[in-house]
Amino acid sequence: MQFFLEVLLGGLLTGIMYSMVALGFVLIYKASGVFNFAQGAMVFFAALTAVGLHDLGLSLWLAIPLTMLVMIVLAMAIEKIVLRPLVNQPEITLFMVTIGLTFFIEGLAQAIWGASVRKLEMGIDDVPLEYLLDTLGIAISQFDLVAAGIAFVLVAGLAMFFSKTKVGRALRAVADDHQAALSIGIPLQQIWVIVWGVAGFVALVAGLLWGARNGVQFALTFVALKALPVLILGGFTSVPGAIVGGLIIGASEKIAEVYLGPYVGGGIEGWFPYVLALLFLLARPEGLFGEKIIRRI
Amino acid sequence: MAQRQSGDVILDLQKISLHFGGVKALTDISFDVREHEIRAIIGPNGAGKSSMLNVINGVYHPQEGTIVFRGKPRHEMDTYQAAKAGIARTFQNIALFKGMSVLDNIMTGRNLKIRSNFLLDAIYWGPAQREEIEHRRKVEEIIDFLEIQHIRKTPVGRLPYGFQKRVELGRALAAEPSILLLDEPMAGMNVEEKQDMCRFILDVNDQFGTTIVLIEHDMGVVMDISDRVVVLDYGKKIGDGTPDEIRNNQDVINAYLGVAH
Amino acid sequence: MFYREAGQFKATYAEDNQIFPIRQDRIGITLILLLAFLVIPLSASPYIFSAILIPFLIFSLAALGLNILTGYAGQLSLGTAAFMAVGAFASYNFMLRLEGIPVLLAFALSGCCAAAVGIVFGLPSLRIRGFYLAASTLATQFFIVWCLTKIGWFTNYSSSGVITAQQIVIFGYAFDTPAAKYLFVLSVVSIMALLAKNMVRSNTGRSWMAIRDMDMAAEVIGFRPMRTKLLAFAVSSFYCGVAGALYAYAYLGTVEPEGFSLEMSFRILFMVIIGGIGSILGSFLGSAFIVLLPTLLNVLFHFLETELHVELPSGISSSVELMVFGALIIFFLIVEPHGLARLWQIGKEKLRLWPFPH
Ligand SMILES: Nc1ncnc2c1ncn2[C@@H]1O[C@H](COP(=O)(O)OP(=O)(O)O)[C@@H](O)[C@H]1O
Ligand SMILES: [Mg+2]
Repeated sequence: MQFFLEVLLGGLLTGIMYSMVALGFVLIYKASGVFNFAQGAMVFFAALTAVGLHDLGLSLWLAIPLTMLVMIVLAMAIEKIVLRPLVNQPEITLFMVTIGLTFFIEGLAQAIWGASVRKLEMGIDDVPLEYLLDTLGIAISQFDLVAAGIAFVLVAGLAMFFSKTKVGRALRAVADDHQAALSIGIPLQQIWVIVWGVAGFVALVAGLLWGARNGVQFALTFVALKALPVLILGGFTSVPGAIVGGLIIGASEKIAEVYLGPYVGGGIEGWFPYVLALLFLLARPEGLFGEKIIRRI
Repeated sequence: MAQRQSGDVILDLQKISLHFGGVKALTDISFDVREHEIRAIIGPNGAGKSSMLNVINGVYHPQEGTIVFRGKPRHEMDTYQAAKAGIARTFQNIALFKGMSVLDNIMTGRNLKIRSNFLLDAIYWGPAQREEIEHRRKVEEIIDFLEIQHIRKTPVGRLPYGFQKRVELGRALAAEPSILLLDEPMAGMNVEEKQDMCRFILDVNDQFGTTIVLIEHDMGVVMDISDRVVVLDYGKKIGDGTPDEIRNNQDVINAYLGVAH
Repeated sequence: MFYREAGQFKATYAEDNQIFPIRQDRIGITLILLLAFLVIPLSASPYIFSAILIPFLIFSLAALGLNILTGYAGQLSLGTAAFMAVGAFASYNFMLRLEGIPVLLAFALSGCCAAAVGIVFGLPSLRIRGFYLAASTLATQFFIVWCLTKIGWFTNYSSSGVITAQQIVIFGYAFDTPAAKYLFVLSVVSIMALLAKNMVRSNTGRSWMAIRDMDMAAEVIGFRPMRTKLLAFAVSSFYCGVAGALYAYAYLGTVEPEGFSLEMSFRILFMVIIGGIGSILGSFLGSAFIVLLPTLLNVLFHFLETELHVELPSGISSSVELMVFGALIIFFLIVEPHGLARLWQIGKEKLRLWPFPH
């Protein structure tokens, strides 16, 4: 039982990371109708830039805001060069364009900072929390807990941003109705830049947390692949969906790997979330929290 | 307008009700369509006219009611069965295949008559080619009939609106349907284009004996070319009869004609 | 002046329906085929065969397969490489387990295996569309490669997972030189391209495009979405499966699951986007482009380093390659969504009017 709890909690904590990456997807999809496949590349790019600057001798407290600046510039460039000419194109074209963006950003990151793995020291050790180990006998990494805490603060902060600030409300309006958003007086283009910037920020936080644990490396881009099943499960437009979906995927893939893996030779984490999400998709195509669409003609 | 020879009831809709969640699109609607006639459906926007056509050819499945087609009662139609049974249609918002040429679009209308399969198609020379040519001949007749010879190789996406409507009619005609459902075929056209379209519709009805169910907003056109008219308003039927009867129906005047002009 | 169709009148529908209705195009394709079948085998070097021509042809076939599914039938797939893997492993097992099976039969059967797998993984397309479908094809990618790695039977329990492919022998003749392999691949690809062209210009192709452009209207006309989509998945996967078998047998010489990665699936998708979505010719142009690009970049970097003495960080060429791929995808999707094939067509139209611009 304790072992099961350990697996479950470990999975949930990983799941929070998935949620964070998925959140970046949802933000962009809600506001601009673009399914941004490049979110994973942005995670990689952000983390690599921050660590690269840090390695150049800057303190993290300087490197992180600088990286944020870079992410905003990137968001502006994407809006101007890529999104604006493609307004009103089919969703699938926009999706493919973000695949191109993925390759470009990945190449750019490596062209600037090189392809080697970089270490990120945040001063929190990846060791089991002794208190929990002593009292309950469950080994939970201290680092995971801190990361989960940060993710929680981030999500809460975003929720506040969306409901309390004028910009945030405009963003929500744009998701529901582009006309309505215009009437608030914020140009659509600007809203897109903000959304992509916020998604860049989420990517930065996610990248730093993942990177601190596993090193900042190309493999970071693969978290985006994990975020896809999360989105299918949670729905593309739902922030709570992304969070719950991430937790479900994180927990179930760990449980499957531990309890099912040994019978089939292991390594099922790679596809299990997809199969789970797919089965779910067939039963409920709109996701857990997504809205149902009736096709019209 | 000369009285056409209309025959037996070919399609009988009985007490059809359709709703989407809370929205009642159709409530308890009954009417019939006779062979060879031009049957118009009119009513303000949102009255449920398009939904009615969608029920007839199986795109929408009504919650209540019976559809009797050629004597056979059904609870709902199925798009494939409807097409097989000879029901063809056009759409209110043009639903052409944008990436294909005019010729190919109309050729798709022949699809149920084509026997070839993908293996024969892959080999092409032999049965597939023979069939392609045979159907091409038929399609060229339709192209001539609709007077669109000069644009036959043009991708439909590049055509002006009026021509697109014509091509869509062509695609429906290619199936040699026994019933043709036309959803606002003249919407957004100028007078000249409307006249052409009227002529085509009357010719189809005349020459091929095709039964036509027509949704149209232009009262002049409706009164001119249709044999009988159904009037819908808020999903309910408020009138049914010959154009003259409809013109003098007080409910219709109040609910529809009065509002329109 | 020479590219004119004036005076060429079509008297029959058969003539009008030809693959190349314009005489100059027919002469052109004949010349290209003569060049490919006669001149190149006698003149090219082994390096050109194995490093450029053979992969170009094989990827053209794979791109053709994906183009059938994505370009013609409108179903985006990110799992192309997985279907290729199925084809490669199926060939290996057919040849291993059925003593004396003709190579061509083995390849055809492996294409059928890929088609069967394609049908199974195409089933979700009946309920879901767009990027939901793309995401589900990613599952195909991961799941199939995982199966081929983990289930020992497929690799005949080889410990390393890397297997040497059997020789291609037809009627006692072993295709073992680069030139012979090239001719073998060229023949298979030419025939399959012709078959594909025939399919897309007849009712099968129209059914795919109808479903792609307006599925509801297609259904109302009597096309059946399930059949049409699954047929597209099957035919597409068949092409990819044969391409995978050729990749293992005529290019790598080994059969291994790792090569058939997501990266490869993307590469093939790029060929389709850059070459031309919904164009047979485009599949070839795109493949040529993507196969040649790294070579050209290498030449460029080499030039920069040796001639201009520019100091380049190591590994820069692969990063720049990624950037160029990405930038090209973005460029084509924005500027010319129908890719190189459309550019080629526009060029021809210009030529037709030359020297009098309209
Ligand atoms: N697919 C659908 N989903 C939800 N509501 C629909 C759908 N199709 C039609 N409706 C609703 O049904 C009603 C009738 O629509 P419609 O048949 O298109 O009217 P008309 O063609 O007479 O203008 C409208 O209120 C419309 O919003
Ligand atoms: Mg309507």
